[in-house]
Amino acid sequence: MTGVRVLVGTRKGAFILTADGKRDNWQVSGPHFAGWEMYHLKGSPVDPSRVYASQSSGWFGQLIQRSNDGGATWEPMGNEFTYAGTPGTHQWYDGTQHPWKFARVWHLEPSLTDPDTVHAGVEDAAIFRTTDGGTNWQELPGLREHESGPRWQPGAGGMCLHTIVPHPTNPDRMFIAISAAGAFRTDDAGVTWQPINKGLKSDGIPSPTADVGHCVHRIAMHPSRPDTLFMQKHWDVMRSDDAGDSWTEVSGNLPTDFGFPIDVHAHEPETVYVVPIKSDSEHFPLDGSLRVYRSRTGGNEWEALTKGLPQKDCYVNVLREAMSVDSLDPCGIYFGTTGGQVYGSADGGDNWTPIVSHLPAVLSVEVQALP
Amino acid sequence: MIRVVLPAHLQTLARVRGEVELEVSGSVTQCSVLDALEARYPMLRGTIREHDTRQRRAFVRFFACEEDLSHESQDALLPEPVALGREPYLIVGAMAGG
Repeated sequence: MTGVRVLVGTRKGAFILTADGKRDNWQVSGPHFAGWEMYHLKGSPVDPSRVYASQSSGWFGQLIQRSNDGGATWEPMGNEFTYAGTPGTHQWYDGTQHPWKFARVWHLEPSLTDPDTVHAGVEDAAIFRTTDGGTNWQELPGLREHESGPRWQPGAGGMCLHTIVPHPTNPDRMFIAISAAGAFRTDDAGVTWQPINKGLKSDGIPSPTADVGHCVHRIAMHPSRPDTLFMQKHWDVMRSDDAGDSWTEVSGNLPTDFGFPIDVHAHEPETVYVVPIKSDSEHFPLDGSLRVYRSRTGGNEWEALTKGLPQKDCYVNVLREAMSVDSLDPCGIYFGTTGGQVYGSADGGDNWTPIVSHLPAVLSVEVQALP
Repeated sequence: MIRVVLPAHLQTLARVRGEVELEVSGSVTQCSVLDALEARYPMLRGTIREHDTRQRRAFVRFFACEEDLSHESQDALLPEPVALGREPYLIVGAMAGG
């Protein structure tokens, strides 16, 4: 590997951070798409020069951009996300039924095998797919048309499908998560879906152990163990060892188990990272001290990682899409904050350095290891 | 020739600077001007009008000759100075947000 490229989406544009394998000397380019909300950028695993970006604005709606040269130049692609058939309704904040309406693309998940195939998670919650590099997008309607759909309801950020985790070797299997419906799995390439929320307990819904309605914030998987999933829920850090059929809580000794991102070390499938924040109503670190927590035991036993991170007067948040790991050795970890900092660690989280400190609020961070 | 002024973000998206000049055949209405604009610059589709309804997006406004035409029918004729190219048709991002 010659280096890394960190793709950063912010409230006011995208930035691309690059470094060689040492990861100590960074170049910053951007803002790309200045002034636009960049919810997510992600590169193709099979062609790192191919990068997709979700660009949106309250004024001008949704755009999809594609780069074939690692983000140096961009081309607007198709931006028509039309629900299949009659979209139906879901539950609204006031308990009434509300028509499904497209708002934006939260997450882009390029295929593990084909640079022209990408899945998109959108608000109001649905999953779309392109097989022509982003020109045309078709919904996989089986998810939205699940019988539980009318019971799904938006979280505070909207009813968004924000997480897509493909199985590393079985193209028919994929995991997704929706706020606030929960996690779902397909075993037939997106034709049908089943809720995988058994074991979740959410005190904020009428039936805490309901099959749907949970506010799942993020799911992460190590590709060597595709049946093991880690979840950061609204409250609680959870683990499944049966592909989501059941979950157990692994919050253990975390000082608070509320948070948004979760990720797994690139070479140690039992090493997991979270960024706890105080509570659902106070989205900032406990005591103004920004700490990443690492478990080397797959959960339950957590250690605070603080070296290089601000330990006082820090009241930023780290959003669900804003953490990523690279595949170099040692593994690099990156996360961005709502205060505009992007921190990196080139040693698995032991030591952290701010790569940039004054960007707009960071919405997403993805890293690519460059060949 | 119809003169159209795009908001800055859409000028960047369409890779144009300043006014856009469009040939519009037949009646010069908001709809025919926007159709011609989107035909010339396909990347603007969905950014001014919704894809499905083709209605104006909520935070986009249409001005011409010091009048707000945002709530006029898209099929109504545009003012003669616009049709004759003496005045531009302005597509504006509404004042909102930060």
